[in-house]
Amino acid sequence: MWVSKLRYETVIGLEVHVELKTKAKLWCGCSTQFGAEPNTQVCPVCLGLPGGLPVLNRKAVELALTTGLALNCVLTADCRFDRKHYFYPDLPKGYQITQFYHPIGREGWLEVEFADGPRRVRIKEIHLEEEAGRTYHLPAGQDGGAASLLDYNRSGIPLLEIVTAPELSSPAEARLFLEELKAVLECLEVSDAKMEEGSFRCDANLSVRRPGEALGKRVELKNLNSFRALEAALAYEEERQRELLAQGEPLRHEEVRAWDEEKGITVYMREKERVADYRYFPEPEVPPLAIPAAWVQTLRRRLPELPMEKRRRYLEVYQLAAADAALLSRRKAEAAFFEATLRYYRGSAQNVANWILGELTRIMKEAKQSVADLRFSAEDLAALLQLQDQKVISGKIAKAVLEEMFRTGNKPAAIIEEHGWQQISDPGTIKTLVRETLAANPAAVEDYLGGKEKAFAFFVGDVMRKSKGRVNPELLNTILRAELGNYTAAGHSGGQGGHEAG
Amino acid sequence: MVIGKMDVGALRKALDRREISAVELTTYYLDRIAQLDPELNAFITVPRAEALRMAAAADRRIAAQEGVTALTGIPVAIKDNICTAGIRTTCGSRLLADFIPIYDATVVAKLKQAGAVLLGKTNLDEFAMGSATQYSFYGPTRNPWDRDRVAGGSSGGSAVAVAAGMAPLALGTDTGGSIRQPAAFCGVWGLKPTYGRVSRYGLVPYAPSFDQIGPLARNARDLFLLFRALAGHDPLDPTSLPAPAETGGDLSGSIRGLRVGLPREFFGAGLDAELKERVLTVAQVLAEAGCVLVELSLPSVAYALPAYYLLAYAEASSSMARYDGVRFGNRSGAEQGIVGMMTATRQGFGPEVKRRVLLGTYFLSADCYEEYYRPAQKVRAWLRQDFAAAYRRCDLLLTPTTAAPAFRFADEAGDERALALTEQCTVAANLTGDPALSFPCGRINHLPVGAQLIGPAGAEELLIRVAAVYAEKAPDDAMPEWTAPDVGEQIEV
Ligand SMILES: [Zn+2]
Repeated sequence: MWVSKLRYETVIGLEVHVELKTKAKLWCGCSTQFGAEPNTQVCPVCLGLPGGLPVLNRKAVELALTTGLALNCVLTADCRFDRKHYFYPDLPKGYQITQFYHPIGREGWLEVEFADGPRRVRIKEIHLEEEAGRTYHLPAGQDGGAASLLDYNRSGIPLLEIVTAPELSSPAEARLFLEELKAVLECLEVSDAKMEEGSFRCDANLSVRRPGEALGKRVELKNLNSFRALEAALAYEEERQRELLAQGEPLRHEEVRAWDEEKGITVYMREKERVADYRYFPEPEVPPLAIPAAWVQTLRRRLPELPMEKRRRYLEVYQLAAADAALLSRRKAEAAFFEATLRYYRGSAQNVANWILGELTRIMKEAKQSVADLRFSAEDLAALLQLQDQKVISGKIAKAVLEEMFRTGNKPAAIIEEHGWQQISDPGTIKTLVRETLAANPAAVEDYLGGKEKAFAFFVGDVMRKSKGRVNPELLNTILRAELGNYTAAGHSGGQGGHEAG
Repeated sequence: MVIGKMDVGALRKALDRREISAVELTTYYLDRIAQLDPELNAFITVPRAEALRMAAAADRRIAAQEGVTALTGIPVAIKDNICTAGIRTTCGSRLLADFIPIYDATVVAKLKQAGAVLLGKTNLDEFAMGSATQYSFYGPTRNPWDRDRVAGGSSGGSAVAVAAGMAPLALGTDTGGSIRQPAAFCGVWGLKPTYGRVSRYGLVPYAPSFDQIGPLARNARDLFLLFRALAGHDPLDPTSLPAPAETGGDLSGSIRGLRVGLPREFFGAGLDAELKERVLTVAQVLAEAGCVLVELSLPSVAYALPAYYLLAYAEASSSMARYDGVRFGNRSGAEQGIVGMMTATRQGFGPEVKRRVLLGTYFLSADCYEEYYRPAQKVRAWLRQDFAAAYRRCDLLLTPTTAAPAFRFADEAGDERALALTEQCTVAANLTGDPALSFPCGRINHLPVGAQLIGPAGAEELLIRVAAVYAEKAPDDAMPEWTAPDVGEQIEV
């Protein structure tokens, strides 16, 4: 049984909802700012008050077109909308304005680097629609019975729904696709794409089948609030369905299940017995918006280099490690900083990548800041790395300098000067320091001569401490070895052989 | 001077010469409403204090001679499906009995800016769905010419307010004839402007691809004056037309040589013989004034009515979706959960709204969409082509507004076919979006009847100008006798 389960194929399709980054909502001038007091960013239109009329925000159309271009979609010649009807308290008009008959983009694809190499995942369609309001359920409390509160700040925010073909074959692939898509959206600057703020949401459809057989009934998964949740929920669901198939009890109906983060299981929500009738019809209040070829051309020209292209370039031109190229190509600001630094830096690109993805990322994360907040320039970072390469400072000092640059925005040379952090590379000075240390720690010297190599690290640490880390580590090593060698040569007792002999 | 019979131009003069104040004028109409409306039921809400406050503001404007427009101090009645900030807007529905809009419709804002006085909110069929103002939760409106007969609808309250001299001007809305038909039944002028010419922002939608706000008045000049105050581009209305390059004349142009089309489909079976004669008399008068009569055919018109029902009901079912008890409606059934609450609340719709919502829901269901909705859309496109072709042969079309005079409450009102007959002449202009005007063309027995002029987009001024020529040759500003202003209402000048 167990073995045969592994031979099942998994088929996954994703429906991604992306909040577009416009200042105003899709149909009115209300702000889309996240986190405002409930019902402070509303008007007759987005409240669905009788008589409110939807005036299309062209910026949203532009962002959707840009995304369509990046996802290689066939774009519609005129932007049309339809009404989708269903009753729900947070849907103020009793219908959602969406694009059913004429999605803004169709038949696209996104290339993703999977475990077995890059592959194009087909995008069935992308369409514009409006966000609903938000319901908060309050339990019964001191103030009275249970209540539901509605916040319409979100109502009418432009959404782009991106629907993939069912072409992802594992939970890991689903995650990789979603990560790549998020990177593309961030790169295009069409969305904040923040899962935790709900501006990037994903529902997944999963079914399993024996190879060559028809697709099994699919299950739609909801409440996938993080990449980890997506992967875990799909993995759980994949295993559950394989188990059912193996037991000869395949799913009879399509169903909707929710991911229970705490329990780590998917929970049955409802059956998709038959397709709901949303009574779609063309939105009579929104005239079609013609999309001239010139507009699309302009947007195409403005398309930035997409993460996948960037990643290829980083591998080919800069020979970055694969993981670093992948990471860096998905972080637009970091990537730009990386390339800017390389314009001033003569060392290896990998070194710059290491610093940006390592130390700099760590510092920014701690301070909850981003590249845009940096008070120093790419040229300054290049100068810092150059100073390290020239051994003016050690790697350890370089990190301290970077922290200072981050804090003050001062030039690295000035910081080094101010703190007296120049590396000590004068052999005479180092020798003096080493001798002091050895003289002050005869017991450790004994240990060392007795074969305890750890003592060597102790001497290094002591010299570094005294010099505040400024001593050139390579020179220190050489001189320390030499000085310790002097002890042995001078006939001090100790050393393994000596003890045996004694 | 008898205020009740003065037109807006005369009122303007009287106001500007301080022969009367806006407060006095408003008080006169408010008193008249108090006197006549218990019987006619043309108004749902009369915000007396608010109206007098606006009148006082208008008086200050007139005294200061600052920003005085043609409408400053002139009372206007507003159909109760047009949002008025702070004044409840019921749409003739129980569900909106307590709905007080937080904003003004664009037309209301424009009227306020012009200094007009909002006199009250007029009765209508629930959500404007009806042709007799008999499907209002607030009771039917009666025809002042015969109180056993309907006022027409759905803008029956506005038509009656003007006909009975309870307001010099009124706003109506027209989805399938809802301004023109009651105007004809009540003997007043009513204009459905070109779709997009007057902003719909703040008009509670029934079938938004048809709905249009328009003026009702006692004569051509008043009608045109109010139309001009309403028309214009509105960035808040996505279907609003760009502002026309020129304002479109002042009714003074000649009508000599104009080609007036008589489409035979509007004069066929079902048309009251006497009414037909009246309309042909209009044609004769226009011909004598120098117009050229052109007989023509508009075959698409035969399909206009079913296409209108299909599309309008489909849109209506969508428009009504928001009244689910969450924010509107006398919420009931909350204890049965959300679905129970929505179901119970929506029971509050009247029978006609329910009928149209049910039919519209059916027309839009996945199984019926291709069979009903799509063909209806095609008919609509055909009508537009058909009318466009007609406008190459003539400058405007003359037809009856209705097939017969106002019917009695008891009989035809319940008869689908009689209702259909009354809508048959008017719906075409809503399907094409063309402007259409109804103006009085005499009486049959004691009942007024109307003729209709339809023209290409933007032809409002032309339609009114042509009708005005007829009205001048056959003057009739009579009012129902029992409503005639008495001596006590005369003001010495
Ligand atoms: Zn808004």
